[in-house]
Amino acid sequence: MDHLDQLEAQSVFILREAYRKLRPLAMLWSLGKDSNVMVWLAKKAFLGRVPFPVMHVDTGKKFPEMYAFRDEYAKKWDLELLLGTCPPVEEMDPSLPPAARSAARKTAGLAAMIEKHQLQGVIAGIRRDEQGTRAKERVFSPRGASHKWDIRNQPPEFWDQYATPHEEGMHIRVHPLLSWREIDIWRYIEREGIPLVDLYFAKDGKRYRSLGDQDITNPVESNAATVAEVIAELETTRTSERAGRAMDHESEDAFERLRVAGYL
Amino acid sequence: MSQSLISSQDAATPIVIVGHVDHGKSTLIGRLLHDTDNLQEGKVAQIIESSKKRGLKIEWSFLLDSLQIERDQGVTVDSTRIPFLLGGREFVIVDAPGHRQFLRNMITGAADAEAAVLVVDAAEGAREQTRRHAMLLHLIGIRHVIVLLNKVDLLDFDQKKIEAVEQSVSELLGKLDLEAALFVPASARDGDNIAARSDRMPWYKGPTLTEALAQVPSPASRANLPLRLPVQDVYRFNDKRYVAGRIERGRVRVGDTVIIGTQKTPARIASIESWHTAPQVSAVAGQSIAVTLEPDVIPDRGDLLHLPEAPPVEASRIRTRLFWLRQEPLRVGESFKLRLATAEHAVTVTSIDSVLNLEDLTEQPGEEVPAEGFAEITLSAAENVQFDPFVPGTADGRGVLVDRQQRIVGGAPLIEAATIAAGEKVIHPSASTVTLQDRERAKGHRGGVFWLTGLSGAGKSTLARGAEAALFASGLDVTVLDGDTLRSGLCKDLGFSEADRTENVRRAAEVARILRDAGEIVLVALISPLQSDRALARQVIGDGFAEIFVDADLTTCEQRDPKGLYAAARSGKITGFTGIDAPYEAPQSPALHLKTSSGTAESVVKTLAAFVKDATTLSSVTQVRS
Repeated sequence: MDHLDQLEAQSVFILREAYRKLRPLAMLWSLGKDSNVMVWLAKKAFLGRVPFPVMHVDTGKKFPEMYAFRDEYAKKWDLELLLGTCPPVEEMDPSLPPAARSAARKTAGLAAMIEKHQLQGVIAGIRRDEQGTRAKERVFSPRGASHKWDIRNQPPEFWDQYATPHEEGMHIRVHPLLSWREIDIWRYIEREGIPLVDLYFAKDGKRYRSLGDQDITNPVESNAATVAEVIAELETTRTSERAGRAMDHESEDAFERLRVAGYL
Repeated sequence: MSQSLISSQDAATPIVIVGHVDHGKSTLIGRLLHDTDNLQEGKVAQIIESSKKRGLKIEWSFLLDSLQIERDQGVTVDSTRIPFLLGGREFVIVDAPGHRQFLRNMITGAADAEAAVLVVDAAEGAREQTRRHAMLLHLIGIRHVIVLLNKVDLLDFDQKKIEAVEQSVSELLGKLDLEAALFVPASARDGDNIAARSDRMPWYKGPTLTEALAQVPSPASRANLPLRLPVQDVYRFNDKRYVAGRIERGRVRVGDTVIIGTQKTPARIASIESWHTAPQVSAVAGQSIAVTLEPDVIPDRGDLLHLPEAPPVEASRIRTRLFWLRQEPLRVGESFKLRLATAEHAVTVTSIDSVLNLEDLTEQPGEEVPAEGFAEITLSAAENVQFDPFVPGTADGRGVLVDRQQRIVGGAPLIEAATIAAGEKVIHPSASTVTLQDRERAKGHRGGVFWLTGLSGAGKSTLARGAEAALFASGLDVTVLDGDTLRSGLCKDLGFSEADRTENVRRAAEVARILRDAGEIVLVALISPLQSDRALARQVIGDGFAEIFVDADLTTCEQRDPKGLYAAARSGKITGFTGIDAPYEAPQSPALHLKTSSGTAESVVKTLAAFVKDATTLSSVTQVRS
């Protein structure tokens, strides 16, 4: 087994644990590269189908290409798609910096979806290598009734034994991609031929390395126009993946505050 | 062009870094990443800026402590993983915190590691956490340990002094059956013997830390061991049944006959199914697969599939090592679920065979295992358990104990089937499949034990009965256990000697625990004059025990004397009466203190009922749902 085989086997194991132990269960599909890999892994785990709904918590500010991609592949992949909306930015914590405040809308939209569908498990595609606070996550991360992440009081997690909800109102965030690196995602996309929205590929010397809302995501300088070229570029780059995501950089703790409150 | 951060095609080798607080773990990691050119652009500038903001020179540990809360306190609160490339081989550094209360975070980080770096301050030598971490490395199964003797500048790089420290740490590890692969004298802050050879210790001829890491052996292949495939789940899609699981060791081929679980049903592997891969006729350890069986039997989750010629051990009593993660001590008689791969078995702790003393590293028999303690215990299951004894570096025997609220409370590397000693009481209590959560939902409130203690005549039974009526009227399932009721039946064989009184308390506590576990609110009205007896009750009952002091002075009680007992005691008709010729030890910090010398019983009943109601109310979210 090579490294990608090992990552795939571990993610499949995690998805199967989630499906067995957490019902109702749903997967977040943000339409980005990581969540497409996640949908793909679910199809691997469940023999070509995704036996639970995928959720798109829509900020209404995604790129038009992303909406087109969603509608096309929800059909092609035979997904049960749940759509959620986000409250206006005026309702968000005004003490947050502007981009983080905008991103907080998604937290609120997600909380409403969890409540509406009474979800016990939410599968999300975060990775440890993306950001310092995400590196602290568990594979099964319990959230209390307020959806808050109790970073100081996380359960032990070892030998592939995961936390399950033990109180009413609790849910578990499941992170099957936690051990994947950005380069692993791209190599897996290349190996498996996983479709992506073409914003990831260079046009006029720029491409998106990470996709969020249109107004708070910036493209990076790049000439990588194919998956192979993106991989070659990543093999030499030393800047971080989320460099183009404004909310990570507004203040030292903005992203952590978002995550503790329930952001992904 | 500088070295790439991410060119490795192979799996990374996880290395955990442990050691006593302030012995320099985070500094080591920061230095290591910097000296091996593994930092992302801008990181060094960011660290310098963060350090400056807090009035420090350059604090390498800030690299890992990327959370605001940690930086302000100067401690690492959780494990962090950092990829790190060395000569084309990729490692993942797991930083584990040194503070005692964060042991579970360390385990979370360390459990998958191939090797460990144990950082020891050369000037301080091994400390309490050094011993604790070393023991844990042993119990979670890490075999390759590199000891980094840090801060050797404080010993003036002196060979004799450094070798003396090495000797003492080596002896310590020996007592834990652990052998260090090697010792590296270093100064992490200045970079001596980290990535570059120190010119301040010309006498040292061994490897630098990076050279030592490069020598860490790759994990041994588990593909050639006998097959173990624990069933994770069984699916039925489009009228076809799939048995899903991850191969923990060995290999499986289409056409193999496998034996399923303790029921020992044989079946043939009819096919290995997958999506978007080439057709598969065999699969090996590490792969998550789905198979179809012929005949189409339906195994349960947790059943172990194995080949007929190489079965696992099967036993209902198992000796196991234990690392204990719960804050309250572990005691004999407690029941848990033993999780073993995907299996889950109801077990009871039938004996605590030895407890490790971390001060002198001796093992002694004990009554309980303290928080974050280590022990050997015996577990009894209600049914036979299939397992392989724990072997470091494999998935064999990796038992985990979970409590009735599904919380992981300990790691239990399984040793072997336990034999039954002559004359030993063998008990295999069965466990309920109705969960605490189910009961709370059905009743609409939590269970709990409210232990009313006080002098005879203080008003314990009056208050308990009054509160019982009020709580029952508001829909709560509540009952009272009072001293006289118990003594008229369950405890009628007991007198009033100190030993009999203790036994009376123990029985009351056991009954209260059973009722509490059934979801009831239990008001116990018992003089229970001794602190030690009430501590025993608290121990038996565990979660949800509240001590309530019903406090009236002796004169008042004696004046009331509703049962004529004080008069009888004064005239010598009865002896050993609490308050007269036997002591009453008042609670030091009761959960509720009710003064009953003056005032009306009604108002005190109200206070008690309100307290109980508050303590047993479910959260608002639950109420909406139930």
